[in-house]
Amino acid sequence: MSPEELEQIAENEREAQKKFAHSITVCVAAGCMSCQSQAVKEAIDREIEKQGMGQRCKSKGVGCMGLCAAGPLVSSAGGALYKNVSASDAAEIVASVESNPVSRLLCPTDVPFFQRQKKIVLENSGVVDPEHIEDYLAANGYSAMMRVITEMTPAHAIEEVVKSGLRGRGGAGYPTGLKWSTVAKAASKRVKYAICNADEGDPGAFMDRSVLESDPHRVLEGMLIAAYAVGASEGYIYVRAEYPLAIKRLRTAIRQAERLGLLGHNICGTRFSFGIDIRLGAGAFVCGEETALIASVEGKRGTPRPRPPYPAQEGLFGEPTLINNVETYANIPPIIRNGGEWYSQIGSEKSKGTKVFALAGRVANTGLVEVPMGISLREIIFEIGGGIPEGRNFKAAQTGGPSGGCIPAQFLDMPVDYESLAQVGSIMGSGGMIVMDDTSCMVDVAKYFMDFCMTESCGKCIPCRVGTYQMNELLGKITRFEATPQDIGMIEELCDLLKNTSLCGLGISAPNPVLSTLKYFAEEYKAHIVSGQCPAGVCGARRSEARPAESRQLEGSGAAR
Amino acid sequence: MPTATGSDYAKPAPPDGQDKRWRIVDATMRRLGHHSRSLIETLHTVQETFGYLDEGALRYVATSLHIPMSRAYGVATFYQFFTLKPAGRHACVICMGTACYIKGAQHLLTAMANDYGIAPGETTSDGGISLLTARCLGSCGLAPAVVYDSEVAGKVSPPDLRAHVAKWISA
Repeated sequence: MSPEELEQIAENEREAQKKFAHSITVCVAAGCMSCQSQAVKEAIDREIEKQGMGQRCKSKGVGCMGLCAAGPLVSSAGGALYKNVSASDAAEIVASVESNPVSRLLCPTDVPFFQRQKKIVLENSGVVDPEHIEDYLAANGYSAMMRVITEMTPAHAIEEVVKSGLRGRGGAGYPTGLKWSTVAKAASKRVKYAICNADEGDPGAFMDRSVLESDPHRVLEGMLIAAYAVGASEGYIYVRAEYPLAIKRLRTAIRQAERLGLLGHNICGTRFSFGIDIRLGAGAFVCGEETALIASVEGKRGTPRPRPPYPAQEGLFGEPTLINNVETYANIPPIIRNGGEWYSQIGSEKSKGTKVFALAGRVANTGLVEVPMGISLREIIFEIGGGIPEGRNFKAAQTGGPSGGCIPAQFLDMPVDYESLAQVGSIMGSGGMIVMDDTSCMVDVAKYFMDFCMTESCGKCIPCRVGTYQMNELLGKITRFEATPQDIGMIEELCDLLKNTSLCGLGISAPNPVLSTLKYFAEEYKAHIVSGQCPAGVCGARRSEARPAESRQLEGSGAAR
Repeated sequence: MPTATGSDYAKPAPPDGQDKRWRIVDATMRRLGHHSRSLIETLHTVQETFGYLDEGALRYVATSLHIPMSRAYGVATFYQFFTLKPAGRHACVICMGTACYIKGAQHLLTAMANDYGIAPGETTSDGGISLLTARCLGSCGLAPAVVYDSEVAGKVSPPDLRAHVAKWISA
């Protein structure tokens, strides 16, 4: 397939789409699918047929439109967005395409939730059909890859990424260009590998799932460009088995790309060859750590190993391996298309570009948002997120999942970027942002995350295996009002130990939720220990009835493992 | 470790040669060249096909991939997704992700414990209902989320949960 032939396919698709005067798009990503959006789409198809609109109107299943809280979402020609649509609304929606929109279902789009976002990674989400490669091609898909492999040298491609200032979106924020050039320079025995880390293990994060479900070809294109730049010829996407829809769409996308010769041997007649295979995760949080992920792709238990050697030198099967996150790869095609210079103008001084956040918890507009780096927390939560529902008060924002921290109200005006978040004891993480109000007990939240880290600790290194268990016990003592002030000192000592002696990121960052809550919500700990009260009423209410169930739960999960 | 092609060894027999479903498992192993690195993929296929991994299945896979049983067992028990016990006729998976936790998923667990006496990982004595928890379903916008068999439901309250499970019992 030559570039010209590819352009022809894109052109034909654009022509075919122009034939229809109207189009109705229905969100078929997992959020809306679980509110029966598939049935809505089928009902709309039937209505188009029934009302004799088959020649003028076409329905299309698309990826996530962002506002998951109001699903199923349907968008109609002319820009009308409908929320909470059910199959019985189909007739009215189809009948309205040539007149006025159905006002009772309208979802206002002139609100900050839509206006304040800047979409780069998600530009195709909710627009292209994730199951049709032609639709992606019509939206200039694969043009960046084509340019790279026919016009650019690998060094030139890396240079663009360096210029963009892009940093890894998986959490640690390592400069992507630097990682690429290290892998490019490393000598291989047989082949080099490029891996896409789609093991989105942070509870409360669903950005990667949404990108994979909404725009899988974008990720494949990013991987292809990376593979060309670093000289990799084999690739793996390591994706959680808990995401069946994302897996299905990825499989379809890989098959379609192979059929058009965009994956495989001698891509588009060049000397560049690259194949991608999917490897399923099996529910282990630690596999998000790159050396554990590599062990898992090799078919072993997902335990990390000491670094160096870094995967860039010795990774999968002992060969140089590039590992980037889904969102990082998804940023690559627009950087190539518009230039690194363009990308570096978005965002803050040290954190360039945009970041996708999964907004959840006690916030009015739950869903997926993409904002420029450096925006304030207040803008994300109160303007885009619509604030806290039921007239309650904001208490904390949790970013970075079990490796992150809780950010209190005093930092709401802080810019959101890698450095600022680290300064207040949290991390950017992969992009989960959970909003908590005064109904959440911060000690209970810290215990929740410690319980998570304890269960997910792989057990290889002792500080993490034993330390998380002991901390969970101590936090449990506090929530049961049995702790003494000395226990806090012990917790702090353990936090220090874990931070400095654990083998991998899981143990090193496990103290973050505890440390940040100890620092900013010390009075809540004090209330539990000294006055025997839970200010939020969480631990107090559960004291008498839920304890047996909770201890049974621990036994149960132990037995299952 | 020998990386034999299979012809050097006697081909192991599946636990139940009459069961044609083993052909699906064989096909996965063949596609991946009976290589030891294909262990996790193969176990996924076994679980997808039979619902769980029992000792016979683990032995068969280990022998076929020329790896020790200990390694197959180690992998099967390391990963939370794999289960060594058969599931009940219906499965109720409660998401325990952060967003669901903040929005009260633990009350759903309490409801199941009170009404049916089962904790996560357990099945009712009549084999009717299995209660499972998930780390995060990624449906945080719909918290708290529950998966009834394979159907995801959002914004679930304890009464919703009771009503749905009661329907299973009466059916």
